[in-house]
Amino acid sequence: MYYLGLIVEYLKNYMKTRLTYRADFWVEVISDLLFQATNLIFIFVIFMHTNSLGGWSENEVVFVYGFFMVPFGIFSCFINLWGFSERYIVKGEMDRIMTRPAHNLFQIFLENVDPPALIGSIIGIVIMAVSGSNLGLAVEWWTIPALIILTISAVAIYTGIYTTLTSLSFYSDAPTGILPLMYNIQSYGRYPVTIYNRAIQVLLTWIMPFAFVGIYPASLFLQREEMQRMAYLTPVMGIIFLAIGITAWNYGVKKYRGAGS
Amino acid sequence: MSRLKSSAYLDFIRIRFLTMLAYRVNYYSGILIYTLNIGVYYFTWKAIYGSEGELGGFNAIQMTTYIAVSWMARAFYFNNLDREISTDIRDGSIAIQFIRPYNYMLVKMMQGLGEGMFRFLLLMIPGMAVALLLYPIELPTAWSSWVGFLVMLFFSFLINSQINVITGIMAFFVENNEGMMRMKRVIVDLFSGLVVPISLFPGWLATVLEYLPFQAITYLPGSVFTGRVTGVGIWNVLGIQIVWFALLLIPMIWLYGLARRRLFVQGG
Repeated sequence: MYYLGLIVEYLKNYMKTRLTYRADFWVEVISDLLFQATNLIFIFVIFMHTNSLGGWSENEVVFVYGFFMVPFGIFSCFINLWGFSERYIVKGEMDRIMTRPAHNLFQIFLENVDPPALIGSIIGIVIMAVSGSNLGLAVEWWTIPALIILTISAVAIYTGIYTTLTSLSFYSDAPTGILPLMYNIQSYGRYPVTIYNRAIQVLLTWIMPFAFVGIYPASLFLQREEMQRMAYLTPVMGIIFLAIGITAWNYGVKKYRGAGS
Repeated sequence: MSRLKSSAYLDFIRIRFLTMLAYRVNYYSGILIYTLNIGVYYFTWKAIYGSEGELGGFNAIQMTTYIAVSWMARAFYFNNLDREISTDIRDGSIAIQFIRPYNYMLVKMMQGLGEGMFRFLLLMIPGMAVALLLYPIELPTAWSSWVGFLVMLFFSFLINSQINVITGIMAFFVENNEGMMRMKRVIVDLFSGLVVPISLFPGWLATVLEYLPFQAITYLPGSVFTGRVTGVGIWNVLGIQIVWFALLLIPMIWLYGLARRRLFVQGG
């Protein structure tokens, strides 16, 4: 209940800062959409020159992309660790966070909420609906619950990976350039992983499991039998990686001694 | 800017280079991740090519080479000048920078060059070596192609940095230009031909892009280096780059002049 109250307060604060920079809000929404459009353009350009990508049709690949956008939008809205090291460690704001009673990671998430990102999720659902109906996919009784569970699991995977990587900045005060680079890699989990060689498949499945935020869960709705077992595994991976992330974080915070500035 | 000796500007290059060197550990992960990026595009294109012999004027090997060279060029020309400038503007430290006896924008370009030299030596060269081992890449053998490529690469850096400086200085006019910077990054990656070579875009879009500066950053140098463009065409490419470099100076100088008059500091 206490945490729920905090969420409301932070959102109010967010709205106030937003109203100060009103024009920028729309630029940000548009830039988010443009980023998503880039990836769609890539898919469309590819399919101007081929009929299938590793045995997947254009509508299927677009559907996977639509699914990918849903958890990614929610993740970007609530969990934004971009620039954590610069802001909280180098500038010493972590000390401020740690004097407060609420869990430090939770406060950091709340301070950086980005509601415009949710528009991406909505568009993702629209893309899924359009390409799904092109493919003649039927909406079953389990479709909506499965969508919710898989989305939550995917958000947990993202959170786990990024929290783990960010907690590295407790050990070195140099700004780590890993996060921006990671943003490139995560997109590859959208394509049929079978086109990659074994090493990249293993990487995207078990080490940085970005295949579980795109292609695997989406294959459940597309009824691609070869990947359905992986789709069922998504919640398990979500729990495991979230646990790793939070453990790494809590351990890192204990090691944290302040920036010394 | 004549108030300061040019050797002082060279010092900005040196200092930034040394600063980057202090944080070099971060760049080992950069090599890995750039190589991985090339790999993923390589496999995607491999699946697309399948039995096709040629797409958009590229055969499969040329495409692999194009992707590798484009990503490695990005490893060199990429910088965060836009973010640095907008941070200076937002925290007010730009006021002090404006008083100092140097041209702020020229200093930023020099710092960008220092970073670029660091990235060239510690990210692009080692990254290219790794990519050569892993993927079927065919690099040109004539030394003239290499000299030409290095010159073009330098212009890629100049044009990309100019776009960054312009985006950063926009923080004077829209207060918070976070969204604009993100949009710029997306546009540059897509329209420069990094993600998809421009010859594969639908005809109308390819035509539009011919009139924009972005293709001069990645697509044109990459086309020369993969041997798609040869002979006189090479001089055309260089000409286009020089023209864009000159044209982009105009908004840069104009915005800088406006900004100096419009300076108001937000807090701090």
